Amino acid sequence: MSIRVRYFASLKESLGRSEDNLEIDGLATVNEIWRYANPDKALPDNCLAAVNMAYVNLIDTVKDGDEVAFFPPVTGG
Amino acid sequence: MNIKISLEAFDPMREVQIYQHSSKEMAGKFGATSIFIGTMRDFNEGNDVIGMTLEHYPGMTEKQLEKIVAEATSQWPVLDVLVVHRVGDILPNEPIVVVAVWTSHRGNAFDASRYIMEALKTKAPFWKKELLKSDVERWLVKNTDGYL
Repeated sequence: MSIRVRYFASLKESLGRSEDNLEIDGLATVNEIWRYANPDKALPDNCLAAVNMAYVNLIDTVKDGDEVAFFPPVTGG
Repeated sequence: MNIKISLEAFDPMREVQIYQHSSKEMAGKFGATSIFIGTMRDFNEGNDVIGMTLEHYPGMTEKQLEKIVAEATSQWPVLDVLVVHRVGDILPNEPIVVVAVWTSHRGNAFDASRYIMEALKTKAPFWKKELLKSDVERWLVKNTDGYL
């Protein structure tokens, strides 16, 4: 399946890129998507995740065509 | 209901006035308008701040703000809501956000406005990076509880 992975703010800066496009076989959780995209770096503890622009848990599964996003706690307003 | 993300500096009072005049449905119905304006300070955590960049997640930010406003309108009898939030490069003294809530009575205007603003602070994907007077850039790690 094809998954677009996006990164924002300080996480984007520390990774040095804003997105990845993954091609993976079988089912995967959000957490596994992070590990596929970043095998050498643990997801920072406080990071949030979204699938198709809605907040999700790291154990939720993703499907073909999903957009998965990882980002630090929000600081707007 | 209207939710706007603004790349340009905006005048919050003018935004509220224009929106109020354009909303024919609430004319004569509202007895209370609560207006919250968030403005950029020139200090934070003991440092002088000379500028800020506000990043957002286009699409998700709007979607989350719509969800927050929908939660408020299902919880309180709200006539209308306007939310305008700035993104991009911002200078001290420039408005960051305005949340205006129109209701028939004041209690609901205060409560719904507070709810929208607090939910925005924890759920709407915006991120602030400050530029300090010392030329150092730093990302804000989290929002405060609003009483410091």
